[in-house]
Amino acid sequence: MTTRASPLYAARNILRRDLTLAFRRPGEWLQPVAFFFIVTLLFPLALDPELAHLRRLAPAALWVAALLSSVLAVDFLFREDGRDGTLEQFALSGQPFAWLLLAKTVAHWLLTGLPLTLATPFAALALGAPASSVPGVLAALLLGSISLSLLGAIGAGLTLGLRRGGALLSLLVLPLAVPTLIFGARATELAIQGEPATGPMYLLAALAALGVTLAPLAAAAAVRISLE
Amino acid sequence: MLEILDLHVWRGERHVLRGLALRLPEGQALQLLWPNGAGKTSLLRAVAGLLPLESGRILWQGEDVAADREAFSADLAFLGHELALKGDLTAAENLVYSVSLRQRIGRADVMAALDEVGLSRRADTPVRQMSAGQQRRVALARLGLWRARLWLLDEPAANLDPAGQRQVVAALERHLATGGCALISTHQPLALQPALTRLWQQPGEPA
Repeated sequence: MTTRASPLYAARNILRRDLTLAFRRPGEWLQPVAFFFIVTLLFPLALDPELAHLRRLAPAALWVAALLSSVLAVDFLFREDGRDGTLEQFALSGQPFAWLLLAKTVAHWLLTGLPLTLATPFAALALGAPASSVPGVLAALLLGSISLSLLGAIGAGLTLGLRRGGALLSLLVLPLAVPTLIFGARATELAIQGEPATGPMYLLAALAALGVTLAPLAAAAAVRISLE
Repeated sequence: MLEILDLHVWRGERHVLRGLALRLPEGQALQLLWPNGAGKTSLLRAVAGLLPLESGRILWQGEDVAADREAFSADLAFLGHELALKGDLTAAENLVYSVSLRQRIGRADVMAALDEVGLSRRADTPVRQMSAGQQRRVALARLGLWRARLWLLDEPAANLDPAGQRQVVAALERHLATGGCALISTHQPLALQPALTRLWQQPGEPA
């Protein structure tokens, strides 16, 4: 007699599968982090190297680079699974489709959002942020990268059926990411100035919570249309 | 039993299925031998729920499948053109991960299923390194593991050598003997026992 898989069991296996696959091909998920590093490190080269100037620009540089790198990363979130029929099988598994896509997005965040977050303190220090700002910068990026991955999942679902969806994906996702950018950059700025950043931090957390609850449903609807 | 009543499906601007009806009782396989472009794949995808219906009804065990999609999905197994196998995973890993979406599974079940399709010695080979026919066999092993009652198979014997085709037939006969049913799109009729199967040559004719 076979036991039906609980949604949790199914999600855990998706997570394990995606992480296994990623570790067999590390190039794919190391790219966005490398891209993030390079973009942030271009700023000190292009600006005059006075520390006060760099420090003022650091929040903007960090967040614009994080945004671009997450759009770059999310392009391969569903693409291969869509092409080889895996998403069809997800849709036909009898499990809640949005839940399975959330599991995929979590795996994707672990592979791209989390390394990005962990890379930020180094980039921030290179831009002249004081060491005392590291916890604040980390927290802002942690919350922000969750929202960015989830927004990206919606965009990736919508552009799944297109052969060259990359450019369209950024046009779709970047405007949606504006609130995250504003509050994230503000929180980072306050952290660098050594002031309490609770206000924008709460708003970032609220955006992330909203994303976790609603984005998988939107992504599931988008992917279903793309599968037709 | 699967029943389809007056099904209409559009693909973009094309009216592919026009008022199609069929009945597929337990223990039976219906083989669609329609010409290319007549809508075999569209029919399978519409039954699976991957294509929206313009009108018509699909009944499974007497109940409209639109009422509970997820319960119906759990009862069906769909094998499409794309095999949903990951080239970087081994055959055994592929089976574990895709079957575990539906039911709990252990390595022993996987090895038994691979043995049935003659691939037990290649269980730990990445699927990328297998031939197209061997990849089909892995997908066939997965089909058996799913324990679904309705099989929807799109060209199940494509790329298979005679031995592989016999394995498809054997897997189908096991499935039908346990009260399952199957809707199969194919160009070459599969050599199932005549009592178990019907052939459908043209969409215009009755099934």
